[in-house]
Amino acid sequence: MSLISRLFMRRRRFNDISVSIEEHIAERADELVDQGMPRAQALQAAKREFGNVALIKERSREAWQWTAVENFLTDFKLTARRLFKSPGFTITVLLTLAIGIGANTAVFTVIDSILLKPLPYPEADQLVAVWMKAPGAAGLLDFVEGLRLSPSMYLTYAEHNRVFQSIGVWVSGTANVTGIAQPEEVHTTYISDGVLETLNVPAAAGRWLAASDQIPHSHQTVMLSYGYWQRRFGGDPSVIGRNIEVDSQTREIVGVMPHGFEVVNQKFDLLIPLAFDTHKQVLAGFGFNGIARLRPGVTIADADADIVRMLQIWMGSWSNGPGDDPHFYEKVWKVAPAIRPLKQEVIGNIGSVLWLVMATIGVVMLVACTNIANLLLVRAEGRHQELAIRTALGAGRARIAREVLTECVLLALIGGVAGVAVADASLRLLTAIGPANLPRLSEISLDARSIAFTLGIALFSALLFGSIAAFKSMQPAKSLAQASAGRTASTSRERQRGRNLLVVAQVAMAMVLLVSAVLMIRTLAALRNVDPGFTDPNHLETLRISIPQQLVPDAQETARLENSIAGKLAAIPGVSSVGFARSVPMDGIDPAWNNIFIEGTDFKSGAPMRLFNFVSPGYFRSAGTRLVAGRDYTWDDIYGLRPVGIISEGLARESWGSAEAAIGKHFRSMPNQPWFEVIGVAQDVYQNGVDEAVPATVYWPFMLKVPYENNAIDTQRSVTFTVRSPQAGSAALMSEIQRAVWQVNGNLPVASIEILGEIYNRSMARTSFTLVMLAIAGSMAMALSLIGIYGVISYAVTQRTREIGIRIALGAQKGLMRWMFVRSALVMTAIGAVIGLGGAAMLARAMKSLLFGVSPLDPVTFAAVPVILAVAAALASFIPAHRAASIDPMEALRTE
Amino acid sequence: MAKNPEHRDLFPGALEVMILQSLRYKPMHGYALVKHIKQVSDDLLQVEEGSLYPALQRMLREGWLETSEGVSAKGRPTRIYRLTDAGLRHLDQEVASFEKMFAGITRVLALAKA
Repeated sequence: MSLISRLFMRRRRFNDISVSIEEHIAERADELVDQGMPRAQALQAAKREFGNVALIKERSREAWQWTAVENFLTDFKLTARRLFKSPGFTITVLLTLAIGIGANTAVFTVIDSILLKPLPYPEADQLVAVWMKAPGAAGLLDFVEGLRLSPSMYLTYAEHNRVFQSIGVWVSGTANVTGIAQPEEVHTTYISDGVLETLNVPAAAGRWLAASDQIPHSHQTVMLSYGYWQRRFGGDPSVIGRNIEVDSQTREIVGVMPHGFEVVNQKFDLLIPLAFDTHKQVLAGFGFNGIARLRPGVTIADADADIVRMLQIWMGSWSNGPGDDPHFYEKVWKVAPAIRPLKQEVIGNIGSVLWLVMATIGVVMLVACTNIANLLLVRAEGRHQELAIRTALGAGRARIAREVLTECVLLALIGGVAGVAVADASLRLLTAIGPANLPRLSEISLDARSIAFTLGIALFSALLFGSIAAFKSMQPAKSLAQASAGRTASTSRERQRGRNLLVVAQVAMAMVLLVSAVLMIRTLAALRNVDPGFTDPNHLETLRISIPQQLVPDAQETARLENSIAGKLAAIPGVSSVGFARSVPMDGIDPAWNNIFIEGTDFKSGAPMRLFNFVSPGYFRSAGTRLVAGRDYTWDDIYGLRPVGIISEGLARESWGSAEAAIGKHFRSMPNQPWFEVIGVAQDVYQNGVDEAVPATVYWPFMLKVPYENNAIDTQRSVTFTVRSPQAGSAALMSEIQRAVWQVNGNLPVASIEILGEIYNRSMARTSFTLVMLAIAGSMAMALSLIGIYGVISYAVTQRTREIGIRIALGAQKGLMRWMFVRSALVMTAIGAVIGLGGAAMLARAMKSLLFGVSPLDPVTFAAVPVILAVAAALASFIPAHRAASIDPMEALRTE
Repeated sequence: MAKNPEHRDLFPGALEVMILQSLRYKPMHGYALVKHIKQVSDDLLQVEEGSLYPALQRMLREGWLETSEGVSAKGRPTRIYRLTDAGLRHLDQEVASFEKMFAGITRVLALAKA
């Protein structure tokens, strides 16, 4: 039977009961009248004979009711009515809960979407990232994360593997699209065959890129992302089959991927086939990201073992050129598999940051619950009289406690619903302003799990503050006399103190969070404003090349080789400047530190360590690092092995007072080295990210006589080339670069081809995200404290209405009344602020490592935040204070 | 069940059997039922309204009775209760069980007297 018809049935039953009973009484009354009683008396007698009509009706109804539920529903109705009657209290609590629960839900959703949920591909636990490692190559080629795949590796693995359902490689970059409206640079992901099969997400329109699209020089095709399809083509389905110009190459659009699809967390506008030419591949070219889908039941260990087997096949199938030993990779590099789950790849190490943020938001929730507990206590005290009477009439303590808990649960549930709305808004804000590098950003959305979490946390907080309030309400009832005394007197001092303490605690907590948040905000601003020491990193391509001793034993020969490579790279069309150095900023390569001696200074206690870098002529120009004084190296300087050096601005200022003063001065790193003359001073470069100090750097020539090897000539063999070009990031440039290098020497593997911009962004992204989250937490804590202050003052005004009325009647000025309440709010805020500042100072000192550009006891922050809080508190208390001042004394004295 | 302090309360289930049996005899409305029981038992049994109406609803819920709209002697609208088939079966079961109980009590009492 459906709910509606059951309800109707019940209505009918209840009606039947009423009719029956009424008729019964009427009939009896008739009988009595027939016996001679007057009508009115007969009716009364009949009723009395019947018994307690209401009670009997209720008992009769009980047969059709589910008693527990009915009681609960009645309680709910009563509670709801009571909450309606005190709107100020209800709205305050609901707002507080909405913010607290909303914030926690938002953070939980972020954590859930990023860390807990599987990747948005079918059966994502089968997906792995195919990495290799080459421990023997450290020192020859410095790989931060491992060795990526070369095209020949991919081809071998694809053909010979026994463990993968599918395997493919991809690499991301940019491309120029022309021919529609205006030319634009778009994000591109270049994929081999097998990538789409591995991810296994069907196209939204058209078809996947197929194996036939990967044949070089065949009909050129391309796929669009959903976003690009909407943006550039308005979602027009006839786009399939149309042509667009990509990097001056006409391509036919064959399909569109669905909304939200990303290749391993890389957003793209276009998907372009890599189209490896199997006849032209060599062993080397380790710049491609491998992904694969494991066969069911296959573990990563199995896959690793299979790759070990296939490495032999690989080395046997390809070569780097005549006379080259393929097994070099095995013997020297010790190349081996290092497969990882794809999820790990995507998430990176943002996990710890997210859990930290969750903890912070949890604190905010505690502040919120404190707020509500305070308000509930205030309210409970207001009901003292009512509760005393009820207890005197026989109400059980459990009954009253149950009522209080019901109230709390109802509040929590409504607050939870509002919290979902708050969470939704916060998440929208987050995805709009969040760092673009946050993994899986597009997947963050409220779903069933978030709602379940909301419910859970709502009930938990209800229990938390509800139990405090219920406990207080169950305390032995004071005598009626004491309770009714509250009608004329104002609130007792103890009660006021208890409430004030809670508010002070809140303000203190909010202060701590706010100060740390503001410090973080300033840190972020400072980070963003730093001139990192290089310009336009998005158009600077970097690549690592290593020239092993076995290949070119002679140092000068090596230098000439590197020179040639630089020359060939510079000849690539579009390239504006080329240089190379031992390391470029933030590349994660172990820095070389050593000390130098300044001519004319005597270092007794040991010279300070300086960063040593080794650069080519033209490096500064290509990196965009300004020379603030003097000049760059020339090739004559290098080949002539002249004792000249370039130092950083910081070092110049430290040693000789200014950059200009440094020119012409001398330094050396060892006593048996001739003095090197400073010929140039370069601007400071942030070597390890802008949040670390700028190291004082010495830029030695990349070929020089080394004093600790009897002045033998030494050349840097592992160098990073910097290529400045507007096409930085495109596959075209990458292949040109590889070709240029191999033109010079076919045995040189090119690795770690990356835009400097990528490296730079990655170094900042995680920090800025943390800061944003903490800032949100701080502002929420402040909002909650303000609501708390408002609530408490407002209630105090209501409680002391009589007193205020009397005061005004006796002649107190309105301004004075207002000030009385605002002052009490300010006093509480001040005490809370002082305590909070103390806590904040301690926390800031502990947080020191996270700060940048601000000292932990930054005076501006520590002065500004309390002022802001005080002003806000004053405003928050002004509203009820104003209400106090406008009380009409006659009204006040009349009410109770 | 008894109003008069002289009469004892009926044991559980007795009220239902009385009601069922009365309604078996003739479908009636509440007041008529009270009067019927009082009359037939020669005033030995008097049903309290406080027990009657809740019991009627319980039995309605169990499906032993059904109710229909009707009119009392004086023309007032009322509800008339009637036995259902299930009610009839239940009544027979209960009566059988009571008779067994009465027989047992009688025998024990007889022994005590002897």
